[in-house]
This record gives sequence, structure tokens and C-alpha cells, in this order.
Amino acid sequence: MAEYNELIFEVTRPGRVGYSLPKSDVASINLEDKFPKHLIRDEEAELPEVAELDLVRHYTALSNKNHGVDNGFYPLGSCTMKYNPKVNEVVARYPGFSRVHPYQASETIQGALELLYNLQEELAVITGMDLVTLQPSAGAQGEWTGLMMVRAYHESRGDGDTRKTVLVPDSAHGTNPASAAVAGYDIVTIPSKENGLVDVEALKAKLDEIGGSVAALMLTNPNTVGLFEQEIVEIAKVVHEAGGLLYYDGANTNAIMGKTTPGCMGFDIVHLNLHKTFTGPHGGGGPGSGPVGVKKEIIPFLPVPRIEKEGDKFVLNSNHPQSIGRVKGYYGNFGINVRAYAYIRTMGPVGLREVSEGAVLHANYLFKKLEPYFDAPFKQLCKHEFVLSGDKQKKLGVRTLDIAKRLLDFGYHPPTIYFPLIVSECMMIEPTETESKETMDAFAEVLIQIAKEVEENPDTVLEAPHTTIIGRLDEVAAARNQIVRYTKPEAAKVAVEA
Amino acid sequence: MRKSTKHSLVKEKNKMTNTYRYLPDTEQDKKEMLDFIGVSSIEDLFADIPAEVRLTEELNIPDAQSEPEVLKSFSKLAQKNINADQYPIFLGAGTYDHYIPSVVDHMISRSEFYTAYTPYQPEISQGELQAIFEFQSMVCELTGMDAANASMYDQFTALAEAASLAIGQTKRSKVLVSKSVHPESRQILTTVARGQNYGVGEIGLSVDVTDLEQLKAELNKDVAAVIVQYPNFFGSIEDLAAIKELAEANGSLLIVSSNPLALGLLQTPGKLGADIVVGDMQPLGIPMSFGGPHCGYFAVNKKYIRKIPGRIIGQTTDDNGNRGFVLTLQAREQHIRREKATSNICSNQALNALASSICMSALGKKGIREMAMQNIEKADYTAKSLQSKGFTVVNESAFFNEFVVELPRSVKEANAKLLEAGIIGGYDLGIDYGKENQMLVAVTEQRTKEEIDQFVGALEAVING
Repeated sequence: MAEYNELIFEVTRPGRVGYSLPKSDVASINLEDKFPKHLIRDEEAELPEVAELDLVRHYTALSNKNHGVDNGFYPLGSCTMKYNPKVNEVVARYPGFSRVHPYQASETIQGALELLYNLQEELAVITGMDLVTLQPSAGAQGEWTGLMMVRAYHESRGDGDTRKTVLVPDSAHGTNPASAAVAGYDIVTIPSKENGLVDVEALKAKLDEIGGSVAALMLTNPNTVGLFEQEIVEIAKVVHEAGGLLYYDGANTNAIMGKTTPGCMGFDIVHLNLHKTFTGPHGGGGPGSGPVGVKKEIIPFLPVPRIEKEGDKFVLNSNHPQSIGRVKGYYGNFGINVRAYAYIRTMGPVGLREVSEGAVLHANYLFKKLEPYFDAPFKQLCKHEFVLSGDKQKKLGVRTLDIAKRLLDFGYHPPTIYFPLIVSECMMIEPTETESKETMDAFAEVLIQIAKEVEENPDTVLEAPHTTIIGRLDEVAAARNQIVRYTKPEAAKVAVEA
Repeated sequence: MRKSTKHSLVKEKNKMTNTYRYLPDTEQDKKEMLDFIGVSSIEDLFADIPAEVRLTEELNIPDAQSEPEVLKSFSKLAQKNINADQYPIFLGAGTYDHYIPSVVDHMISRSEFYTAYTPYQPEISQGELQAIFEFQSMVCELTGMDAANASMYDQFTALAEAASLAIGQTKRSKVLVSKSVHPESRQILTTVARGQNYGVGEIGLSVDVTDLEQLKAELNKDVAAVIVQYPNFFGSIEDLAAIKELAEANGSLLIVSSNPLALGLLQTPGKLGADIVVGDMQPLGIPMSFGGPHCGYFAVNKKYIRKIPGRIIGQTTDDNGNRGFVLTLQAREQHIRREKATSNICSNQALNALASSICMSALGKKGIREMAMQNIEKADYTAKSLQSKGFTVVNESAFFNEFVVELPRSVKEANAKLLEAGIIGGYDLGIDYGKENQMLVAVTEQRTKEEIDQFVGALEAVING
């Protein structure tokens, strides 16, 4: 079959339709009798005109140009690209969930509130926190919500004007400093040591220097190089002693379920990424869900409305005067929360523990397989993910980007590359627990083969990908030309008849 | 895929079956992997977690359920809600019951779309990238703007991001927002503004639209932007041209939050001078889903393109000159700029942007006008029916698919009675505006004349009863 490269606008044929509405059964109206003329559209929106099959073919063709977890291995570190269960998709589409309006009377939404309430309770157990809000739409919004609570906490103690700094390790996700900035904080970076862990001595020195101005430390544990911060108790102690709070970035929760909790480690505030650990799905970039859990002292500041239980009824309560206010429309990304709850129900306590055990087993296994062929900056036990460096290959003129592109030829999504920033030519690999040993073995074989190609036939790697539908794209030209929308040739535009 | 070792494994293991269908490791797999790593147990892999922070018991949550049990227990929960398939719904206020062509859910259920993530590797993500490029194009068409991003969480957070953009752009210290803007937008804006230390002033109402006299009086050199909604929270159409004139004379940006369905027929905010247009795609292809996930959109005049929050897809070519699409202008984003990024947004609402693109393509140029027109006609019919029964319609300006009706008793009481009659009534303006007797009524193309007549009759009975 011929390759399909059309935009939906280019398969448009005037007169075709892809919808079916009943005829209006009420009196028709002349728009100009109702609206002022200057507020009526004078040019039709150039939306597509396609029949339903054209539409289906178009989006099917597009889907065929996309790689998802269902297509094959997707070891994108930090993103936890695990299998997305199908039963989750089924239950989220029940009309009792999908066809419910957020402002319906409380007695008509008891099932939805009960589900959310139970999910809150169970996420609190999983994280070791005292109370959870499900409002934030994604991890970054969870971080910002958490930091706004940090701010409200310090303000409530009269420290709001002095504690203006958030400490962030140099290995942190980019959203950490960005979210702290949006919450009005200055950022101070804490270095990592050679072994990939937070430099606790540097942290202490920084706290000695500016401890009185520190509002919080943001930390991921296991951290972004896949290592458990073993000095976490000491870290928590020194930050708390300096009067700061501890914020847990839950992007890597897949490594610790049933083994430890952020609560045990001493964290005060936690966000989770339900689209990662709890099978979201990822949706091509979203929607996610980023619940935030807090310890007792932070509860008064949680966003409103809260979902509470009064007797055997579930209610929405906005009467919390110390709350940071509303952070998201309605009650969060409900449909994603339904899916996450279905996943937790499916796995139970033993299953979730086995999830983390599997994730860690797989990462260590794959690391052991690959480590002889690449630079491994941290040769030790990892958690759910690990990093390799392409420095060895770079010396032969092949960069990590080239290796990633070569992986495409074998049907794999490459790992996360060039992150975290503390590892040069970084490849961050997260196999997840849902992949079989055979899949990892096959992936390892390919990556080892690529390492050999770098030595023996580097051009094969440098010119990759060879088998994809399109070659390497010119990103510089994209940024320069800024073509961010389709524009119909001017002459073809037709004014709406008055 | 499975190798020849399978048979011998089965023999050894036929008494050991895995418990969880998402976890593939057999006991044999685990043993082989542990041996290869050189440790004797899974526990050894967690030796780096200090004993003092280790859990000693299983998580205290309910036990696992089988698939049939999950289906059944979720069905039970779902049935504890009343849904819009059961009762006709006259509730809107930012989330609407609209026709969603069946093709939408079918296409977004292709797992190449929904099991992928952000398209970091363009060579194997052209489907998603092109779909979002088309989404951006359609948003631009409807709003009359030059550029749009790949989506925001929802209309409310999009509006707050627009305000922050205006503050950064103008270096001024506050924004003015009309009270006819959705209450949740204003609440979230207040939270966001507190984070970024800028002020939010509210402009009152002249009956059902923004009070232009007050706006004029409040405008000064501290005001970065004027924020209005079009159609506004009460369904009324604000005179954007007049508001633009005031904002422009003061050097303030005009930010408009807009229902994209209404833009099928209304003059585009772009042509009326908006600098930033935001809103929610929910009316076009996205289920109400108890308030989320929906899909915010964010569109700007070209001069603000480098200030847009979140992902933007751009067109380019590959090394053979073939057209292709990539994430572009990434130097604005948090993964590159960290604390200096234009926003902290990372994950967005991509799958819902796809859903709305498919819906917009299905409706197309003709369908969006027809659907928008039916909304106007049905709301108009409902308002006139209520008036003929002696009810007062509060709106003085033209309205889209929503309007405010004054009742002789509280909306709370009226809605309870409507529910008994099998109808979900409108939004209670007692909640945010202190008007306990005013109901915001939404009438979409989904409501038949019969349902509308029932609603009007039931409301009449409530009042008389």
C-alpha cells in the first residue's frame, strides 16, 4: 500500500461530512436577529470535510506511525512505561463514570466520591502519608501544589518572608526547579557525589550557610540515576533541624511499593504520577494524574475541595480556611484516577510489592547484561532503573543520540537520553516489571550489537535510523521557521455569505 | 518468542502458576535473573534501603481482585451515580453534555496512541506529532489566532497560565478578571497569582456582562491584562471589541477564555483583538467524566510564541526533504530551562487533544456550525418557554447555550424536585454569586424538545407545588 503522508486538511473534499445530528426540533433562529453583527463569525473555520471512513483511515494511518507500549519495548527511563491494563479502559468508560457531570447533587455522585475517597485512603497507605488530594492533573502540578503548601505552612508559622529558598539536587527532574519557581521560590542546587548520591556534606554546609532561608528540599528516592539515597534518614534530619520540609518527587515510586514509604523516610509531602506507577496510561503525553499526600502538620493547607466521609455519605468540603485554595478544575483527572484505582484493586498489597520487586529485579538484570559494553558510572545495586554513559562510544565518534536512533531500526523505543544532566552521554533505562525476560534479553542483544557496530562499522549507527518511515528531522529549521499550524492557501478561502 | 527451553521449564514448574497477569516472571525466570546478577534473593536487591525505613508488613490495603470481580465492583460503584444516559441534564457551567461521534472513542482507543508517551523520538512518533499539529491548526482556525500549543490541563489552569504570561511580558503587577469569568478559573488564578506574587482584581457585572464602566475606572499602568470569558459564565456574549479598545488604550493584553463550540458561529477572539485565547475542548469530543480529564487549549498572537507554556509541535523536513513533525521551541520548557522555564507543565492532556481533533474533523466545517446553531436555538426555545410560563430570564445580552433564570424559590429546592421528576437541573448561582434563586440553565443539542418541555413543565410544577 502506498505510503500515506497527508494532513487531514489535505484529504478534505468540500461537501463531505463525518457526523450525524438529528434535525432541530425547535424553532429556527436568524443569527443576526439575536447577535450583534460584529460578534458573528464572518469567515468559516477551515475545519476538515471528510466522510467517516476517510477519517478512520487517516487516524489509523497516523496510529501506524506511532510506537506505544503495546507495539514493543519502551524503556524510557523515569517514565515507567509499563503495560496499560485493558480492564482499566473498560471500567473508566462505564456511563456511571464517563457520563456524570461534576456539579451534580451530592446524592447523585456517591459512587464517584466513594471511589475517590477509597483511592485517597489507599494512596495514603502506599506513601505513608496521612491524607491525600487527588486534584493535581500531573506530576508537575502536584509538585507546584506541594510547594504552595510548603509556602502556606511557613507563612502560618510567620516564616514566609524568610524561607524563600528550595534546595534541589543537580540530578533532579527539570520540573522540580520549574515548579518551585512557579511557587515563588529561589532555587539552590545541591551537588551529587561521584557515586550518584546527594552530597550530604555539601547539603549540611549549605544548610549551615543559609538554613534559615530554606523552605524545603525536593528529592526523588530512588533518585534519577536509579540509586537509593541511603543517607535519607540523615538528610531528613538535617533538613528538618534547619526548619525546612522534605518534598518527595514520586516519579520513581515503582521501585519501593511495599518495601518502604516516603513517610517512613521522613518526607512531609509526596506527589505520585498515577500515569507512571499506577498504569495511567500515558496517552501520547497525557492526561496524567498527580495526587499529593501530606503528613498531619500539612493537612490544613491541602487544596479544596476535599472529599470527606460523613457517616456513610461522601461529601465535597471546601470549608478549610487555611487551604492554599483551588489548584485544578473540579476534582482532578477523574478518569485517570478510576484507572489507577482499578489497577490497585487488581494488584492488592502483595501484587504491588511484587511489582516493585519485579521492576528492581529487571533493572538489575538488564544493567548486568549491558554494563560490560558501555561506561557504567555507578557500578552498584540499582533500583527500578539505571544509567549508562555513551562516553566510550563517543570517543569513537558515535554519540548517545546516534545509538538511540539505531535502536529505532530494531523496533525499540530508546531509553531516556541526556538526562539526568550529571551523567555525560547518558542513557537512562527503565525496563519495568511487566516486560518478560525474553524481551529484555532480546533488547540487550541488540544494544550489544550496536556497541559492536560502533567499533566495527560506525557509519551504520551514525546514519541511523534506516528503517523508520522518516529520517532524522531538522529541529533547527523547525525552531527557525515556526510552522506550527496548517494554513490553507489564501486564494481558496471563502467568505461566509452574509 | 519463547525459546526451546520452554518445555523443560513447564515440566519443572507445572505446579507453580503466576498469580498476577501483568507480571510475567515465573519462579524459574526469577532464579535465572538472580543467578545472573549474582545475588541469592530478591531481598538482596533491596539491601540498600536502610532497615530503619523498611516496611515490616504488607501494605494495609484490600486484597487483589480478579478481573470479573473488578468489573463487578466498579459497575456497582458506577451505578451509585446518576448519569446523563439516565436523566436529561440541564447542567453546564463549563462542562457540557454534547454529541460525541462514535468514531472518536474508537480512534483514541488505538493503543499506538494511548500507550505512547510524549513524542521525544519523532521518527517513531509521527502519528502523535502530526495529530497534535492538526489539533494546533484547528484551535487556531476556531480562535483566529496564529499559534496554539499541544494542550493544557484544563480551561482553568490555561487561563491562569495566560495571566502569568501577560505579567511576564508586560512587567506589570496585576491582572483584572471579570466576575463573569468561571468562578473556578478565578479561584485557580488566585492560587497561581499568590505563587507568583502578582495581584488579581475583579471587575463586577452589569447585569449579565462585564461592567465596562468599572473596567475603565480600574485600568491603570499596573494592569498587565484584562481577562474575560466569551460566551461568559452566564452564557452571554461579551462585547470583545469594546473591551479590547479599553485594554489596548491602557497597554494591557486581552485574554479571552472561550468555548470552542461557540466559536463555530461567533466572531473569533483573534479578529476582535485578543492577545491570548484559552478554553477547554471538552464540548468537542470529550466526555464529562465527572470533571476530568478534559483538555485546555492555549492560543496566542504570533509575537508571544516563545512565551507559550508546554509543548508545541512544528513542521520541518528530514534529511531527504520529506515533511515531518517535531517538538519545537523546546528552549522554553522545564526539561531544558529548569527554573527559568515559561511554565512547569510537562505531561499535558494529549490523548484528549487527539479526541477533540477527531471530533472536530468529524463535525467539520459544516457540522460545527450546525451543532452550535442547535445549541443557540434550543437554549433560546427553553428561555422563551420559561418566559411564557412567567419566569424571568436574567440575561439582557444575547446568549449561546446557557442563560440564567430567576425562580421564586431556591435552586437547591427546585433541583431536588427536578431530580424526583428524573431531570438533572441547572447550576445554583447561590454558590458563587449569592443568588440562591438564580439557576444557570444549559441546553445543548442533546436535549430534545420533549425533554425541554418536560423540564419547563417540571419547573413550573415545582414552583406551583
